[in-house]
Amino acid sequence: MTAISDRQKLAYVAAQASDARVNLELETEGMILNIGPQHPATHGTLRIVAKLDGEQVIHAEPMMGYMHRGYEKLTEVRTYPQVTTLINRIDWVGSFANEVPFILAAEQLMGIEAPLRAQYIRTILFEMGRIANIILFLGDMAVQLGALTPIFYAFRDREYVLNQIEAVTGGRFHPNFDRIGGVKDDFPKGWIEDSLSAMVKVREFCDQMEDLLMGSEIFQARTRGVGVIPPDVAQQFGLSGANARASGIDWDLRRDSNVGLVYGDADWKVWTHPDGDSFARFWVRLQETREATSIVDQLLGSIKGGPIMAKVPRIIKVPEGEAYVATENPLGEMGYYIVSKGDLTPFRVKIRTASFNNVSITPWLLRGVYVPDIVTILGSLYFILGDIDR
Amino acid sequence: MSSSEDTTIPVSESPAADAPSEPAAPVDDLREGLVERLTELLGDGVVDHHIIPGKDVWIRVTADAWQHTAESVRYTLGCRYFGFLSAIDWMPSPWGRGMEAEVDTIVHGKEAKELPAQTTGYAGGDTRFQVFARVANIKDHFGITLKVDAGDETPSVPTWTKVFAGADWHERETWEMYGIDFVGHPFLRHIYLPGDFEGNPCRKDFPLLARFVKPWPGIVDVEPLPGSDEPGSDTAGSDEPAADASAPEETA
Repeated sequence: MTAISDRQKLAYVAAQASDARVNLELETEGMILNIGPQHPATHGTLRIVAKLDGEQVIHAEPMMGYMHRGYEKLTEVRTYPQVTTLINRIDWVGSFANEVPFILAAEQLMGIEAPLRAQYIRTILFEMGRIANIILFLGDMAVQLGALTPIFYAFRDREYVLNQIEAVTGGRFHPNFDRIGGVKDDFPKGWIEDSLSAMVKVREFCDQMEDLLMGSEIFQARTRGVGVIPPDVAQQFGLSGANARASGIDWDLRRDSNVGLVYGDADWKVWTHPDGDSFARFWVRLQETREATSIVDQLLGSIKGGPIMAKVPRIIKVPEGEAYVATENPLGEMGYYIVSKGDLTPFRVKIRTASFNNVSITPWLLRGVYVPDIVTILGSLYFILGDIDR
Repeated sequence: MSSSEDTTIPVSESPAADAPSEPAAPVDDLREGLVERLTELLGDGVVDHHIIPGKDVWIRVTADAWQHTAESVRYTLGCRYFGFLSAIDWMPSPWGRGMEAEVDTIVHGKEAKELPAQTTGYAGGDTRFQVFARVANIKDHFGITLKVDAGDETPSVPTWTKVFAGADWHERETWEMYGIDFVGHPFLRHIYLPGDFEGNPCRKDFPLLARFVKPWPGIVDVEPLPGSDEPGSDTAGSDEPAADASAPEETA
């Protein structure tokens, strides 16, 4: 497409030409390779139909919808508190983060603000959701490349964080904990100390991953220069989160549009990487996990006592209006565009999920790559199927 | 393409990053400036706008100017980041909406209520279908919601794929869910639904079949549980039933 440099174009044409010559000599024809819907690299039921010429992909088309649940339609017949149960299941690995932007958008329409302690609890759990989510990615990425060890470490160490989330919310994956006006409960006794030690374990895990993978020659050979996304293309496709930051785009909603969360109270850094390849995406996510543990540490240290619920009516009616609130979820920008008509239920909710945009780049990105790299690229883009088929 | 990055004209001199953190000022210079700038570029193309100071801006344009709008926001206003594109069906749902309807009028054979008049949201609207899109300027940290009227019977608007390549899937989804034709889109085909699916599920007149099969499981639980005498007496707590529903669903 437009954003490929001339050199890349030439290289691509040359590769195609030599391939075509070989194909002509060998009398091979293009074949269609069907990956999925039950391929481990697809995190669920994404199916990719790749048209191959030899070892190269001519055209790849993701097929979704095996898990589409029609949440945008269902929200129209649910009350606002009921919607959080649904949207928990969008990105099921870091699900507390799904609730927050919806609640914030509803709060913005109602003109109420959660008390400071509730904002702290939200931010801490949000970051814990991010850690639990990205730990899975760090282990999973290695599995895509054929290294089985890291995923076991990931599943083990993720539990430390999930246990902490469960201790507060009662659910490992579907907390359903955020309320309009605040949060449901306060931290249990002794939770803060346990969380601090869990964060230490997460940092140890990050160091382990760095030792196991980053220096590995095979890992570098498989990921460096594979699936390069230039920043301009990334913006056109609306890539967000670590995928955008790995392309050198310095854009993080936690810092740049801080609505209702207290990231401003912590001292942290937005990591970017100029390369835009699969390695950069892995590297940025690894740094972000470390940064998230530091945010949690700082917020746990500075959290103050106070109420956790603002005064809200028992039956929640949201005044007429429209609002779009997006937050930086583990997978990228997740936002809810709520249109309210002053009823108990939303009139229309547009759910903008990160993975949908992140995966929409694959037909562009997979063109011309070799078959083993399909898996690397899909793994490094990191999507959750529930986040695409919402 | 990347060379045009430098030619982007800055929208305003004021550092926009400070805007959200300030207490909501009555006049939002940045967003007023955006609307002014876009009106300069599009002329009569801009129909209406709505500004919430310090928060957000909505701009409605005509369908003829829709593609030009995309070019203007991308190349002149510097909104190179494509957020999403979708549509709204402003028609009130004929199936009863929300829990105020108490029970589904159709299912329970009650007389259908008269539909409320069709109203629209910020920046107005003249037709039943409205396409809206969100773009953002990631240098100056602001976003714009753009709206366009798509029509009533056979809605259609020009495509954005020529300006934002990422609009491709979003337009396919909108076409599938709302039946809005995007003129100039390379290949509109189903993205979520099976290829032979008929109808446009997100339209308000498309019935939600689950609600026909079983009555609305909202405040009033009409089906008594086996063994209990008083139906629905303990489900009155407004937020407790929702917590029950989140039984652990082991995934991932």
